[in-house]
Amino acid sequence: MNTTIMLFLVQDGITNGAIYALLGLALVLVFAVTRVILIPQGEFVTYGALTYASLAAGQMPGTAKLALALGIGAFAFDLFVARRALHARLVVRSFITNIVLPSIVLALTLYFAAQKPPVPVCIALSLVIVAMIGLYLYRIAFQPLAHTSVLVLLIASVGVHLALQGLGLLFFGAEGQRGPAVLSGAFTAGALRFTGQSITVYAITIAFIVALWLFFGLTLYGKALRATAVNRLGARLAGIRTTLSGQIAFLLASVIGALSGIMIVPITTLYYDSGFLIGLKGFVAAIIGGLVSYPLTAAAALVVGIVEAFSSFYASNYKEVIVFMLLIPVLLLRSLAAPAVEEEKD
Amino acid sequence: MSALLSVTDAHVAYGKVEAVRSVSLEVGTNEIVTIVGANGAGKTTLLSAIMGILPLKGRVTFAGQDLARLDIEDRVAMGLGLVPEHRELFVTMNVEDNLELGAFRIERSRARSSIERIYALFPRLKERRKQLAGTLSGGEQQMLAMGRALMGEPKLLMLDEPSLGLAPIIVADIFRIVTELRASGVSVLLVEQNAQAALKIADQAYVMELGEFVLSGKASDIAANERVAASYLGFQHEGTSVL
Repeated sequence: MNTTIMLFLVQDGITNGAIYALLGLALVLVFAVTRVILIPQGEFVTYGALTYASLAAGQMPGTAKLALALGIGAFAFDLFVARRALHARLVVRSFITNIVLPSIVLALTLYFAAQKPPVPVCIALSLVIVAMIGLYLYRIAFQPLAHTSVLVLLIASVGVHLALQGLGLLFFGAEGQRGPAVLSGAFTAGALRFTGQSITVYAITIAFIVALWLFFGLTLYGKALRATAVNRLGARLAGIRTTLSGQIAFLLASVIGALSGIMIVPITTLYYDSGFLIGLKGFVAAIIGGLVSYPLTAAAALVVGIVEAFSSFYASNYKEVIVFMLLIPVLLLRSLAAPAVEEEKD
Repeated sequence: MSALLSVTDAHVAYGKVEAVRSVSLEVGTNEIVTIVGANGAGKTTLLSAIMGILPLKGRVTFAGQDLARLDIEDRVAMGLGLVPEHRELFVTMNVEDNLELGAFRIERSRARSSIERIYALFPRLKERRKQLAGTLSGGEQQMLAMGRALMGEPKLLMLDEPSLGLAPIIVADIFRIVTELRASGVSVLLVEQNAQAALKIADQAYVMELGEFVLSGKASDIAANERVAASYLGFQHEGTSVL
């Protein structure tokens, strides 16, 4: 192997690793705040990517309708829970976020889909659609179970994943799609060739990580999210609603997922079920980070990306096997470091 | 005038075991009320149930409103605060962030001025404002837990064993601050094993045994009661002293 190939593989690995890092961070965030292991993260990726690709191709994505359907479900849940004390303010607020908002977005999508909108419009619409899906899913599938065990939440999570994957097949068909590059063009630096798309991936990943860091470090809502992750009861006693923290976490996770999808789909053809494997690699990184450490997760994601790039060069048939085998030494080390199986306290 | 907090015929159960039975109590405005009793009498359970952490059978009203359908967070927003026995701080966040989050439901501009008030009340916290809550000493953590609850501008602050495991000099400090709170218009419901100290500062007192109130009245009368003196104030029975 010569250095050119090596550099090329490393570059490829970092591009993928950057996306795994974002997904891993979202997984850690959602788990810390809600204790949900977010298996459907991969579907957020696919939905974001394929909604974007469909829009760019001038097709109407079914996800916009799904968002409205889920919104109606979420509104019904809100009404049911508050049935004994219906305040006009609460009903109006729920109606606006769960019905009016997705209706407007659906109308915009219908309008724009017919006329092959420019890339920024496609991105904005895809992000908003997937963000709403994430938010309503939390309301429908996870908020009613918020007090149950991690295992119950995991089962719900698997259920949501399967449902979304099936719907994905319905919306986008079995054919793969590609989307237009966010930034076209390329330049070379020495032996390396940088495409506009890979630069976009680096820039967005770094910008998002910095933004998350600022959000958690400086804003009241970011701190409230951290507080919920550190001590749920303490947060409630401070007046921070666990449901609000859960909503913010799911909103962030779905936006991160969709954004990752939009960044990948110009590079790789994505199918309705591709997201699962991509999400799983983010999950590998999150596990290496112990589902708690953000920096460790980001670093591990880069390693996952680079290992994947090299193994696809040397043993492409075993690419996935090698990546997932990374977990074995990590889990072994972790079990040696903390041999006792922790019982869940709540 | 009606009481700020009124609990009528409250029962709290862990599964089939009733930890609190048929308890009624009242806390008025600008009043310190204490519940004294031995370990395991059900004092912590009662406070948790009033806060909404545990389900309670019976009637609880606060500031004239029935609390039955309200979540913990709603009760906090109404002005009911709890400093739990285990403090439940955000240990990986610094002192200032902990305090700031205490005012999550309060207007931003007001929160900024109340943080200065908390620092005036607990100067030690101001010195340690950038330190992580988990690295504070036990006394400082208790102060922070009280400070965080006060940031929410409670009308009634419920304190669960604030003196537990703390050095006597810090305990004195905390009890002094409790009386200052009353002067500033905050009512306090104080649960304590340290009966002598609690009865000294309280207006009203309840004595709890095995999930029930066995005595209630003015704190000074309770302190003078022979049976209470025998059981909780450490006189006569040398071996069972709680002081």
